[in-house]
Amino acid sequence: MTDIRYLAPNTLDEAVSAFAAASGAASILAGGTDLLVQMRAGVRKPGTIIDIKKIPALTAIEDLGGGAFRIGAAVSGAVLAEHMGFAKAWPGVLEAINLIGSKQVQGRASPGGNLCNSSPAGDSVPAMVAAGAVVTIQGPNGKREVPVEAVPAGPGRTTLAPGEIVVSFTFPVRPKGASDAYLRMIPRTEMDIAVVGLGVNLTMEGGVVKAARVGLGAVAPTVLLVEGAAKALIGSRLEDAAVEAAAAACRAACKPIDDKRGTIAYRTKVAGVLLKRVVAIAAARAGGN
Amino acid sequence: MSKMHVTTTINGEPVEFLADVSSTLLDALRGSLGLTGTKEGCGTGDCGACSVTVDGRLMCSCLMLAVEAEGKSIGTIEGMAQGDHLHPLQQKFLEMAALQCGICTPGVLISARALLEKNPDPTEEEVRFGLAGNLCRCTGYDKIVRAVLETAADMRESAR
Ligand SMILES: Cc1cc2nc3c(=O)[nH]c(=O)nc-3n(C[C@H](O)[C@H](O)[C@H](O)COP(=O)(O)OP(=O)(O)OC[C@H]3O[C@@H](n4cnc5c(N)ncnc54)[C@H](O)[C@@H]3O)c2cc1C
Ligand code: FES
Ligand code: FES
Repeated sequence: MTDIRYLAPNTLDEAVSAFAAASGAASILAGGTDLLVQMRAGVRKPGTIIDIKKIPALTAIEDLGGGAFRIGAAVSGAVLAEHMGFAKAWPGVLEAINLIGSKQVQGRASPGGNLCNSSPAGDSVPAMVAAGAVVTIQGPNGKREVPVEAVPAGPGRTTLAPGEIVVSFTFPVRPKGASDAYLRMIPRTEMDIAVVGLGVNLTMEGGVVKAARVGLGAVAPTVLLVEGAAKALIGSRLEDAAVEAAAAACRAACKPIDDKRGTIAYRTKVAGVLLKRVVAIAAARAGGN
Repeated sequence: MSKMHVTTTINGEPVEFLADVSSTLLDALRGSLGLTGTKEGCGTGDCGACSVTVDGRLMCSCLMLAVEAEGKSIGTIEGMAQGDHLHPLQQKFLEMAALQCGICTPGVLISARALLEKNPDPTEEEVRFGLAGNLCRCTGYDKIVRAVLETAADMRESAR
């Protein structure tokens, strides 16, 4: 067995320098619910483990006012669930994060880890894509900001450059009449991997959809932003035809795999069904806000 | 192999130990610390046999590095009874035979305690969701769920 080093820096600069200096031989540790499983299976053998949970920006929850929030990438699902303001502004994002694993897993699992693990079935990702969250990334060449959908590159791969760390997610100001929702289809009722996951974020005004975003997971190598579905919803009063057109756009966006959890035909069909269900929940919440 | 020195608190007592960076908190508890009440089922976060609390929060000790325990307060099954005085959950599990082989039981008890601390009056569904991270291959869960619900009722009664 080789020697592994463990670092738990208190500042982002130290973490970035150590991560960049290790040139690929280091792994970032947030909740470890993916990393430790992969290490145990022998598929990851980091020379250095950099624990980011002592860095204040990575574990902070900042209420920016008007429904806007900045969430540290390493905040656990259990901690986020205790923030009443966030639950009110972004119920869909919260329900997606809280679907990750059991109560035990919730005590550790973070949205940053879910995004950077880059599973096409990561539950928080479609909801954060729908929310229009902006990812703040810090690396050896400084800071940059990208939309959530720009981070995954394929199963287990991201667009992060060597040495880059995801710092936080910024959720935009919530106009009146806006809300979101997330549902996943799984064969069991708990503790399973999504066959399809779908997040919708709507802004309603007098019964008309003013803005919409749809994030779709587990049906392609990366989580997708389905712009066609949003276009079909915007300007509508969520009449059957508009919702069916949005469902068709979701089905058309699917490039799924066949596996034991679901065939291509099943996943494609379920994507359309989920779109309708999630739109209904988001619209009801938006009306009730 | 270089070891790291860890200073932590376990069941209220200050503890120091040495750990390999790659070893989990579960390895340390069951290994050098000799606290074998916490069980290992899967080692991958699926079964909950290794459940502990860390600063009051429920976690799988198999999914946490031992070195991450530095400065934290860990709660294990060994700290659940006060001397000879069993926790109400432990007492009820005995009375209602909510266990068979017992390997899942420490984890189930730790989870159930965490659940009742957050929600003293859970529905059956809330108990089942709350314990979804604890697998039991013997009891069929029904006796566990009933024992947790009865303990909750007793604890509410005695808190009045
Ligand atoms: C029993 C069990 C059930 C699960 N159920 C689900 C589920 O239902 N849905 C689901 O989506 N997932 C599930 N997962 C997977 C996992 O829990 C999630 O992906 C979780 O969000 C990972 O977060 P983490 O903080 O534990 O990540 P870690 O394991 O700490 O990190 C994950 C990966 O991202 C990298 N990383 C972490 N943070 C950063 C950062 N800030 N910047 C750069 N890189 C970073 C790490 O190096 C690692 O490669 C489950 C896992 C287990 C063990
Ligand atoms: S041993 Fe930790 S969850 Fe199974
Ligand atoms: S009593 Fe045997 S596993 Fe639960």
